[in-house]
Amino acid sequence: MALLEVKDLKVRVEEREILHGLTLTVNEGEIHAIMGPNGSGKSTLSHVIAGKPGYEVTDGQILFKGEDLLEMAPEERAAKGVFLAFQYPVEIPGVTTMNFLRTALNAQRKARGESELMVPDFLKKVREVSKSLNIPQDMLKRGVNVGFSGGEKKRNEVLQMALFEPSLCILDEMDSGLDIDALRIAADGVNALHSPKRAMVVITHYQRLLNYIVPDIVHVMSKGRVVKSGGKELAQELEESGYAQFEDAA
Amino acid sequence: MPAVQETVDRVKRIDVDQYRYGFETLIESDKAPKGLSEETVKFISEKKNEPAWMLQWRLEAYRRWLTMTEPTWARVDYPKIDFQDLYYYSAPKPKKTITSLDEIDPEILKTYEKLGIPLREVAMLEGVEPKPGEEDPNRRKIAVDAVFDSVSVATTFKAELKKAGVIFMPISEAIREHPELVQKYLGSVVPTSDNFYATLNSAVFSDGSFVYVPPGVRCPMELSTYFRINERNTGQFERTLIIADKGSYVSYLEGCTAPQRDENQLHAAVVELVAHDDAEIKYSTVQNWYPGNSEGKGGIYNFVTKRGDCRGDRSKISWTQVETGSAITWKYPSCILRGDNSSGEFYSIAISNGYQQVDSGTKMIHLGKNTSSRIISKGIAAGKSQNTYRGLVTAHRKATGARNFTACDSLLIGDKCGAHTVPYIEAKNSSATFEHEATTSKISEDVLFYCIQRGLSQEEAVGLVVNGFVKDVLQQLPMEFAVEAQKLISISLEGSVG
Repeated sequence: MALLEVKDLKVRVEEREILHGLTLTVNEGEIHAIMGPNGSGKSTLSHVIAGKPGYEVTDGQILFKGEDLLEMAPEERAAKGVFLAFQYPVEIPGVTTMNFLRTALNAQRKARGESELMVPDFLKKVREVSKSLNIPQDMLKRGVNVGFSGGEKKRNEVLQMALFEPSLCILDEMDSGLDIDALRIAADGVNALHSPKRAMVVITHYQRLLNYIVPDIVHVMSKGRVVKSGGKELAQELEESGYAQFEDAA
Repeated sequence: MPAVQETVDRVKRIDVDQYRYGFETLIESDKAPKGLSEETVKFISEKKNEPAWMLQWRLEAYRRWLTMTEPTWARVDYPKIDFQDLYYYSAPKPKKTITSLDEIDPEILKTYEKLGIPLREVAMLEGVEPKPGEEDPNRRKIAVDAVFDSVSVATTFKAELKKAGVIFMPISEAIREHPELVQKYLGSVVPTSDNFYATLNSAVFSDGSFVYVPPGVRCPMELSTYFRINERNTGQFERTLIIADKGSYVSYLEGCTAPQRDENQLHAAVVELVAHDDAEIKYSTVQNWYPGNSEGKGGIYNFVTKRGDCRGDRSKISWTQVETGSAITWKYPSCILRGDNSSGEFYSIAISNGYQQVDSGTKMIHLGKNTSSRIISKGIAAGKSQNTYRGLVTAHRKATGARNFTACDSLLIGDKCGAHTVPYIEAKNSSATFEHEATTSKISEDVLFYCIQRGLSQEEAVGLVVNGFVKDVLQQLPMEFAVEAQKLISISLEGSVG
C-alpha cells in the first residue's frame, strides 16, 4: 500500500479551480521532488494535504496509509504523521520554542492515545535531537521564530520534523530566502531524517535544492496537473531548458 | 477566511455555561430597605456600629453625590441605572460576632470552597503549626479576607500577622479598632468628592479590607481578599485601604466572582493605597465578575476607582490586573507619584468576549522629581465586545526628570469586536521623557494554521498565542495567581474558538 495516494484531485479557491485533476503516489522511503513555475499549484497541493482552510476539494481523493485524509481535521492529520515544513514559518511572540515543541508533541501523542511526555523526558529528547542536528540550545529558549534568521527558521522546521517523527514530510519551497550555506545546513538536516519508513516530498522552484536533497522521482507541475514524471535527471533537464516546454502539455 | 468564520461562529456560542462561578448560595440575608436616602446611609452606619465621625463623613458624601451626574465619557453603553431600585446593604444571617471559622454559615464556607479559595485555615487561626515535615514548602501562606455581599465573613491568619505587627482586618472593624489610622487615611487618596461612583461608594460602602504595615516590616505573607456578590439586586460597594509605612512591603491580591443573573448588578468599589518613604505596595487583581449571557443580558457593572499615592520618596506602587469578567468595566488604577524618585507600574490584561465592554487603563501623575512609571497593557477582544485602553500620563511643572514608558497592545479575535487606544499625554516641563508604543493585531490565520499543523486544536492554538501575548504581564503576578490567571484566560476565551 502506498503511503500517500492523490487521485484525480480537483481543488478550488474562491470559485477558481487551481488543481484540475492531480494524481500522485508516494511510497514509504521515497524522496519526491515537485517542480513547476509560479502558479502551477505546488503550494496548493501541500496546503490541501495538510488541511489548510480556504480550499474546496471538488473532486478526487487523498488516501494516507489507506485512510481518507480529507475526512480528517488538520490536527488529526498531524498526529497521524503528516508534516508540512512551511515556506514562511510564522513567529509566535511570548511562546518559547521549547514550550511550543512540548505543547505540540504532547497534543500529537494525546491524539494517538499515547501518554504525554513529562518535562524531564521531554527535555532529554529535545536535547538529543537538537544536538544531532547541531541546533544551539539557546534557540529553544527564544520565542518561536521571533527574530530568527531565514536559516534559523528553516532549521527550526527541521528540528520539529525530527522531534515529531512524521512518516510524510512535505517541504514547501524550503530554499526560499536561504543563502547557499544555510541551504546546505537545512538540507543536511533533512537528509539525516530520511529513512526507509519516511517519505519526503520536496516542493521547489529551482534545481539547486536538489543538489543537496537527491530525489528518487521528479514531477513537473504545470497549470494544476502533473505533466511529467521521471528520475532525478529530469530536474537537470528543467534547469537547462526551463518550464516553457510544459506550458503546452498542460 | 473560513477559520475566521469558524471563530465567529464559536464566539456566537459563548454562553453563560462558560462561567463557572454562576451558582447562587441560598442563605438568609439581612438587607437594608431598597433605595438610597439618608436613612439608608444611617442604616448602614448603624449596622456597622460606627462612630459618629464616620456617619458624618458618609452623609457629607451622600449630599455631595446628590449634586453629581454620572460620567458619560467612557466608551461604554448601558441603560440608565436606577439607583433607587437597588439594595445598598445585604449581610448573611444570622448576624453575630464571629470569632472562628466554625461559626460561619457552612453554606458560605461551601461557596468559597467551590471557588477554590483556601478559607479553612482553621488550624492556623488557632495557632496550630503544622508538624515538622508536614508543611508544604511550595505552598506559600496567603491570608484571606472573604467579603460576601456587604460584609467580611472571615479573615484568616490574623494571629500570625499580628505577630509581625501587620493589621489586616475588615475595614468595618478597623473603623472601630483603629479610628486614628482610618481617619487619617480614608479619603486621602480618593476624596469623597472625587467622582460619581467614588462618592456613592463613600456614602454607602459596607465593608472591604484594611491593611496597615508598620515601618520597616516586610509583610510575611500575601494578603488576599475575595469578593462575592450573591444577593439579587444588590450593589456591592467595598472599600479597601492599604497603608505601607516607611520602608515596608506588602503584596495584596484581590479576586471577584458573582452568580449568573438576568439583571445587572452594580459594583462600585474604591481602593486607596498609600506608600510612605521607601515603601512598596504590589496590588494584584483577578477580576472575574459574571460577564452576562450570549445576548448580553445580565452581568456586573463594574465602576471602580483605584488609586495609589506614592506619598514618600523612593516609594513604589505596582498595579497588576487580569480583567476577564463584568458586562461593563470602567476602571483606571492610578498612581500619584508625589515623592521624589517614586515609581508607579501598571500591568494589565483585559479580555472581553460576548457583549462585554471594557474601558480601562491607568493614570500616572508625576509630581515629584525623577519619578518614573511603566505601563504595559494587553487588551484582547473577541466576540462582539469592545475593548478600550484609556490612559493618562502627565508630568507637573516641577516634576523634572519624569520618565514614562507605555506599551499598549491589542489583539483581536474575529471581526465583530473592537479594540481602541486612547492615550492622553501631558508634559508641563521639558525634562520629561515619555515613550508610547501601541500595536493592534489580529490572530492571523497563518499563525493558527501553523500551530494546528503541529497537532494543536484550534482552541489550544488560540490559547497558546494569547498566553504568549500576555506573558509580560502574567509574569508580574505572584506565582499562585499567575497559574490561576492563565487558566482563567483560557476559560474566558473558551467560547471564542473551537
